[in-house]
Amino acid sequence: MNEERRKERLDRGIKVRTEGIYAISSWEEMGYLLLPRLALICGMLALPLVLPIYWQRVISSVCIYSLLALGFDFLAHFLGLVSLGGAFFIGTGGYIAAILNTSLGLPPVLTLPVATIGGGAICTLLLYPCLPLRGVYFAIVTLMYPLVLARIIEALDIMGGTEGILGVASFPNRWIEQYGILVIVIVSLFGLRRLVNEDIGLVFRGVKDNDQAVKASALSINFYKSIAVFIASALGCLAGAYLVHIYMWSGISQFALDFSIIPIAATVIGGGGTLVGPILGCFILVPISELLRAFGTLRIVFYSLILVAFIVFRSEGIMVYAQRKYHQFERWVKV
Amino acid sequence: MSSEPILQVTNVKKAFGGLQALNDVSFDVKEAEVFGIIGPNGSGKTTLINCITGFIKMDSGRVSFRGRDISRQAPHKIAAMGVTRTFQIMRPYYTLPAYKNLIVPLFSPRARKGGGWRGGGKLGDRDTVCIDILEEIGFERDSFVPYKLASTLPTGYLKRLEIARCLALRPEIILCDEVFSGLSMSEIASMVPLIERLQMEGITLVMIEHRLRELFRVATRVMVLNFGEKLTEGIPEEVMADEEVKKAYLGSEEV
Repeated sequence: MNEERRKERLDRGIKVRTEGIYAISSWEEMGYLLLPRLALICGMLALPLVLPIYWQRVISSVCIYSLLALGFDFLAHFLGLVSLGGAFFIGTGGYIAAILNTSLGLPPVLTLPVATIGGGAICTLLLYPCLPLRGVYFAIVTLMYPLVLARIIEALDIMGGTEGILGVASFPNRWIEQYGILVIVIVSLFGLRRLVNEDIGLVFRGVKDNDQAVKASALSINFYKSIAVFIASALGCLAGAYLVHIYMWSGISQFALDFSIIPIAATVIGGGGTLVGPILGCFILVPISELLRAFGTLRIVFYSLILVAFIVFRSEGIMVYAQRKYHQFERWVKV
Repeated sequence: MSSEPILQVTNVKKAFGGLQALNDVSFDVKEAEVFGIIGPNGSGKTTLINCITGFIKMDSGRVSFRGRDISRQAPHKIAAMGVTRTFQIMRPYYTLPAYKNLIVPLFSPRARKGGGWRGGGKLGDRDTVCIDILEEIGFERDSFVPYKLASTLPTGYLKRLEIARCLALRPEIILCDEVFSGLSMSEIASMVPLIERLQMEGITLVMIEHRLRELFRVATRVMVLNFGEKLTEGIPEEVMADEEVKKAYLGSEEV
């Protein structure tokens, strides 16, 4: 006889115990909370020490994509705005940093914060008129901006034209470069995770769940959307400024669509809505695309195959799966 | 009670394409009264609330609240003045626990006025304020119901959550869009005293309702809409005696 069964999932006792103040009741509980977080932080900080020379230069580009993916996940899963603006943010931040550095002679320690805040403000201002748009319409607009800006720079031959801006100052050494961006990624990750559970984060989630109810709660949804877009675009601009200082060059290739697409792919693989998932996704995807470089143009085929496999077999994403296994146990029960 | 009406709606018109959803609707609501709006399906009741609260732009007409024109304001500005509304199709934040739903209105400038950043108004910590408001509206404080995800709550609680969202803004007017619909008789029976208490607290209520028996228990005056036009207005007994109303709305149905 074929009896029906279903999988029952229950939170582990330790998961429930660690949700409140009882988390500090014993080392076991504290370890349960700290272990995954420390593993991530220590793992990331150890990378520049343990990786061979060839792979070390990949760290920075992984981190740059991570910042974009973090911003994408934040906007998509906490605001309901699907943003393809990665290239837009990278380009804006990159050009601001490059111009400040080459014409005003500001060092990276100043150009990075100015590009972050200023770039975030410019991107938010340009995206402000399209904030009432939702879903694919917002995505289209964010995709248009980098294409338009790249063509304008090319056609008018401003800001270095097709040559780009050369001679941007680099970081003093690779330790500062790599640890700088690793720390930025870690701080942004934990900062955003904190933010989405604060009261203002609940407002963001409210905008995603039900924007009419937020309006009826006497809150301007455009205002909160623009705050969130500022946060995401500032992260992207910071990544762009960092990129320019690493390559010591800024050009229209920073408006390339890779910067818009890879963060989405990383979010799919890593698990959307977890914030940490997209970063893990970048740590998988970017090195893979580096490995596949040997295959030349065929690499896009392998790349697509990996993505399709993930979407078909693990559509929830690595992090959602891992969190479930960590926090819950499963058993088969009769229906 | 002041003689000046708290909400004054004058000649509101709204058309959706060729359909005249509202045609020259005017009425006044006095302070601290329960004003009922009834009418058959599609008579423009919800559209009227949408126009008053700014969710739909009216074609012409004027809405004033305490003498101030609010007819061209954005919905969140109108809500910030204390003119709040519930939705007929409940709009909770499904991914949040019930009590966290109230954090959003408590975060608004109106609720924060008179309290600090952490305040939730003068009353203290926001989470506590949420639970207090929910208790007032009928969520048992010591049960697990306020902590359940909004997506798992039954209709009765979602309706209460709609009113709770308005209460969090410390409203002057609540426009209720069918709070009794979809509820069982016993749930309605427990809602009626709640409405009466809100009125006693000095909150003005405008209620759209299909449940006439319950509405007439609480309403001081009733207006009847039909095909976007105002048929009549008056105390419940008068309105029900009106021949035109019987024909348009009640037919042969007995009340």
